[in-house]
Amino acid sequence: MHIEIDEISKQFGVTAALHPVSLAIPSGALVALLGPSGSGKTTLLRILGGLEFPTAGRVLFAGQDATGLTVQERRAGFVFQSYALFRHMTVFENIAYGLNARPRATRPPKAEIARRVTKLLELIQLPDIGARYPSQLSGGQRQRVALARALAIEPRMLLLDEPFGALDAKVRKELRQGLRDIHDTTGLTTVFVTHDQEEAMELADMVVVMSMGRIEQIGKPADIRARPATDFVRTFISA
Amino acid sequence: MSDATTPIRFRSATEERPLTRWLLVGLGAVGMSVLVFAPLIAVFAEALRDGWFAAVASLGNRDAQSAIKLTLLIAAIAVPLNAAFGIAAAWFITKFDFRGKAFLITLIDLPFSVSPVVAGLCIVLMFGTNSLVGGWLVANGYPIVFALPGIVLATMFVTFPFVARELIPVMIEQGRAEEEAALTLGASGWRTFWTVTLPNIRWALLYGVLLCNARAMGEFGAVAVVSGKIRGQTATMPITIEMLYNEYLSVAAFSMAAVLTVLALVTLLLKTALELRHADQLAATHRH
Ligand SMILES: Nc1ncnc2c1ncn2[C@@H]1O[C@H](COP(=O)(O)OP(=O)(O)O)[C@@H](O)[C@H]1O
Ligand SMILES: [Mg+2]
Repeated sequence: MHIEIDEISKQFGVTAALHPVSLAIPSGALVALLGPSGSGKTTLLRILGGLEFPTAGRVLFAGQDATGLTVQERRAGFVFQSYALFRHMTVFENIAYGLNARPRATRPPKAEIARRVTKLLELIQLPDIGARYPSQLSGGQRQRVALARALAIEPRMLLLDEPFGALDAKVRKELRQGLRDIHDTTGLTTVFVTHDQEEAMELADMVVVMSMGRIEQIGKPADIRARPATDFVRTFISA
Repeated sequence: MSDATTPIRFRSATEERPLTRWLLVGLGAVGMSVLVFAPLIAVFAEALRDGWFAAVASLGNRDAQSAIKLTLLIAAIAVPLNAAFGIAAAWFITKFDFRGKAFLITLIDLPFSVSPVVAGLCIVLMFGTNSLVGGWLVANGYPIVFALPGIVLATMFVTFPFVARELIPVMIEQGRAEEEAALTLGASGWRTFWTVTLPNIRWALLYGVLLCNARAMGEFGAVAVVSGKIRGQTATMPITIEMLYNEYLSVAAFSMAAVLTVLALVTLLLKTALELRHADQLAATHRH
């Protein structure tokens, strides 16, 4: 789904987390929001997901104004920075949560929910962990379960906040490929936040470089490398 | 220089010398015995001084029965209400950002720092026959003071902080991420509360409710002021115990005290049993 961010700004009291920013994300793209800590990446992602509302500006989904849509109506698959798995539920129950939360009329029958959860567990290549609790999983496994849980609601887009931030280097490389594969099989418009320029450049089709609540440059990784638009971008990507 | 043949014994950083350790353990044991166990045993010993029959008989008369029923009724009303208010307060304080938050947290503790007698007097002032509200209510047949509603109000005031105080630190530590996750998955706020918030706080909630219950059944000061101590009507168990004791009916007084103690002990046993049975989930809820 095509996403458009139109002159969005966000104030937290006196701090301006986002100065008016605009951005068009083509349908099916894999986009990285790249920038140092405090540059407004999470805020922008949360505004897309409906967890935060902009002070001014509009969000458009497939050309329709979505600014007033509630978080539930957005149907965005959101993967949180620390995964936010439901600690008192098994992996199976975590993944089934979104389907069970649907109103009776559109809720799939129990057997169908079980079938879908099993399929998602296969997709993330962890077919045997359905009965475990989040506390019994490794960091990489938790991240993949969080991804499966977000995919279960058949989202219109996928939003991930520092999905690899809490993992060690080796797992990080593996899961990068995992996200790429899932993006390619589902074809979902995907936006992920990162402060790691190598990760952004390697994984994304399109990179949005942010600094202090502003967008510094938007482009393909190769173009940003070849022609950094500002001094900030030049120093940040060479770091 | 240490001799190579004698092995060196290392002491862990948090380990004390044996003497210090034994002194501390001994002090703890003596303290517990004198302050906690001895009085407990004394209560039961006094109650049974004239034998089982006398003790049970003293609990059988109408006034004693009425006191026991009243105390259970008050706890049955005050505890669920305070649990609901406590959850609401803790939820509001931890899930939203607003000005004056620190002040509100302090305010929740107010009932702990105000003397229960003063709290009782406030209720008499607000709802007594001479007050505007109280006068109107009495005229319409709903007396608050010297009646059940006043006693419930007093009990609720005194026990209000227990639930909220248990919940606030737990909810602050857990943050909002799981609730937000539930919302992005399409759950309503209501569903999120029942399926995510409540299960995550259930142990703290249970603990708060049990403490609240123990205190609600045992409250004396505030209830003494608002109840008017009418035998067979507004005299709760603690009030009845005091009246019996003042009349030198010590077997009756201690028998009722023993019942109150048993109720408190049952509460504690219940908590321990639940903790043992759900130890695995308890651990899962506390640590990721
Ligand atoms: N809930 C909030 N309340 C107040 N300030 C906030 C809040 N969330 C973010 N901010 C501020 O907004 C700015 C951008 O934050 P954020 O979007 O989290 O940056 P990033 O994800 O790039 O590290 C920071 O200065 C941060 O302190
Ligand atoms: Mg962030």
